[in-house]
Amino acid sequence: MLTATKPPEKSTNYLTDGYGLKSWLLTSDHKRIAILYLISITFFFFIGGIFAAMIRLELATPDGGLLESDVYNKMFTMHGIVMIFFFLIPSIPATLGNFLIPPMIGAKDLAFPKINLLSWYIYVVGGIFTLYVLITGGVDTGWTFYTPFSTSYSNTKVMAAAVGIFIAGFSSILTGLNFIVTIHRMRAPGLSWFRLPLFVWANYATAMIQILGTPVVAVTILLVAMERGLHIGIFDPALGGDPVLFQHLFWFYSHPAVYIMILPSMGVISEIISTFSRRKPFGYTFIAFSSVAIAVFGFLVWGHHLFVSSQSVYAGMVFSVLSYIVAIPSAIKVFNWTATLYKGSVTLSTPMLYAIGFIGLFTIGGLTGLFLASLGMDVHLTDTYFVVAHFHYVMVGGAIMGYLSGLHFWWPKMTGKMYPVLWSKVAAVMVFLGFNLTFFPQFILGYLGMPRRYHVYPPEFQVYNVLSSAGATVLGLGYLIPFIYLMWSLKYGKDAGPNPWGATGLEWQIPSPPPTANFDVTPVVTVEAYEYHAQEVVEVG
Amino acid sequence: MDSHGTTVLRHHFENEEQQKEASSLGMWVFLLTEIMFFGGMFMAYLAYRQLYPDSFAAASSKLDVTLGAMNTVVLICSSLTMAMAVHSAALGKQKMIVFYLVATLFLGSVFLGIKTKEYHDKFVHHEVPGADFHPEDWPKNVDMSHASLYFGLYFGLTGLHASHMIIGAGMLLFLIVKAHRGAYTAEWHTPVEMFGLYWHFVDIVWIFLFPLLYLIDPHFGK
Repeated sequence: MLTATKPPEKSTNYLTDGYGLKSWLLTSDHKRIAILYLISITFFFFIGGIFAAMIRLELATPDGGLLESDVYNKMFTMHGIVMIFFFLIPSIPATLGNFLIPPMIGAKDLAFPKINLLSWYIYVVGGIFTLYVLITGGVDTGWTFYTPFSTSYSNTKVMAAAVGIFIAGFSSILTGLNFIVTIHRMRAPGLSWFRLPLFVWANYATAMIQILGTPVVAVTILLVAMERGLHIGIFDPALGGDPVLFQHLFWFYSHPAVYIMILPSMGVISEIISTFSRRKPFGYTFIAFSSVAIAVFGFLVWGHHLFVSSQSVYAGMVFSVLSYIVAIPSAIKVFNWTATLYKGSVTLSTPMLYAIGFIGLFTIGGLTGLFLASLGMDVHLTDTYFVVAHFHYVMVGGAIMGYLSGLHFWWPKMTGKMYPVLWSKVAAVMVFLGFNLTFFPQFILGYLGMPRRYHVYPPEFQVYNVLSSAGATVLGLGYLIPFIYLMWSLKYGKDAGPNPWGATGLEWQIPSPPPTANFDVTPVVTVEAYEYHAQEVVEVG
Repeated sequence: MDSHGTTVLRHHFENEEQQKEASSLGMWVFLLTEIMFFGGMFMAYLAYRQLYPDSFAAASSKLDVTLGAMNTVVLICSSLTMAMAVHSAALGKQKMIVFYLVATLFLGSVFLGIKTKEYHDKFVHHEVPGADFHPEDWPKNVDMSHASLYFGLYFGLTGLHASHMIIGAGMLLFLIVKAHRGAYTAEWHTPVEMFGLYWHFVDIVWIFLFPLLYLIDPHFGK
């Protein structure tokens, strides 16, 4: 199917090509940088997880006995900042995308390897600021930094936290820039746009959002810093400024940022559904363009965060309609995935379990988003647990399920090792059940009127909160188990071989782990992606 | 960007054309992020200009249009010398590259000097937002607190622009040293070309800033 010559058996791969700390910290190999990112975001994921655990522990009882309200404010703020800016946004692009996009398009590396390494260092510097904030007392504004609280009233570490996010933003911009140039200029001969894997399309759309949105939040943070440090009045009503301007600027980035988190996961799901159904994805072109459509429409809906912030009713109506429109490309993806399954030769491997979980949870997250996009309903639901449940269904049920799905799918490629199948399936089911138990009750709580960001609540809400906290325990264990067996597999796992799933992508045609240069000879592509013939699926493990 | 004396093909590129196209596209994408970066603050300025036309017009009449216009001319000339530097590089005229880069650096420094003079005047006339803010000869029927907002945005926008100029001046120094050592040839002068794009971009930002800050209703209240 490919006219590329198969690389000869070689003993060195990217992991054995140089040892020692220096060979990692000064590497320009996209695969090693992906591993550096993987380690760093896993670290921040567990930090953010600790804050989540504290929140659920506090909310197990209605009287707020565990944490002071000030401490609780810092807990949910740090949870949001760490999880969004230091885990979710870099999660798939910087790890799986970094590792896989060059081999998927038949390239030896990203277009700018040194800038790629630089982006990791920038991320680390931003992370150090955040850790500094965490150690020296935290910040309590909520991850959204709403003015005038963040500019005039909060006496916590707003500046340091803002600087950390400002810096981390540039790491995201550089990753996006690198991906766009790489996908445009580095594709192997014959690999036209419509032969690209859908994962590459999804990351391309994500990169567009990263380069167009992130600079806006950077300048917004700069304005917050100017306001907080110099009191120029831009968000201060006393000087004629308008706090709502901050909300416009902030959500102009932060709503599209939701798509930075979910689009790469959608790309992963497209790969996995196709591989384990042994079918070309139903409506390849539609899935590809729906990623771009989500990126474009994603920039036009920020106002649905301002329905109750003195935005005009006319603007509210426009943003409401535009928000409904985003549901169309999202639904196209879901329908096409399920249509791909139809009459496919389906294997319920671990990545597939996560992928099917993703489809279910993302559908719930997306549909509840429509509730919130409707003006009247949103007035009732604004700032309640309904919103919390909705965005966790998208960002955890969607983005993290997709991330875990991809990690389990490409782990054999990245490490050359297979993880224990039974344990991984148990963990996948635990994550799915634990997640639903944690967040489904929060829809009911929100509908009944429990506001978010309070550490005390009326006793009649306790039963749902206890369910939620119990679910969080299951979910936490579900995340811990993969961490343990994946680490275990590095030493004890069976050798996976180059293509354990019998998948078609170019990345599966090279050894696992790949050699440093990926390809000895640049492959020439003569067929479309996902040409599954009558191949037998091979279950390994 | 590589800076060795000869044409260097990095290991992951197929050929020089691909390498050059990647640099060029990368630079354009970077400039796109810069547009969005400035765009956020431009948006804030336009929103408030719309909300408070009178006090913004009164505040902008405090700016020195002559100095602003001089700076505009200086910057356009520097774009010309920069374009000539790229042109000389394409022809492989090594001495002319150095000459035009030095000329660009000189004009950029003149711009920053004039800008410093303008900033200095603002401090002297108490037109800097903060505790000491009280512009002289302020029209009685116009809200002064909104003027503080204007000057805050003025310093924010021109400061952001000036910081790009300063970074550009630093990069120019680097390019001048390299060019002097003969690093750029007719075959390979990508850094000069890419920096040229950056410099023109910074110039264009000023082309938008000058009319928006200085020229709308400059005789208000006079």
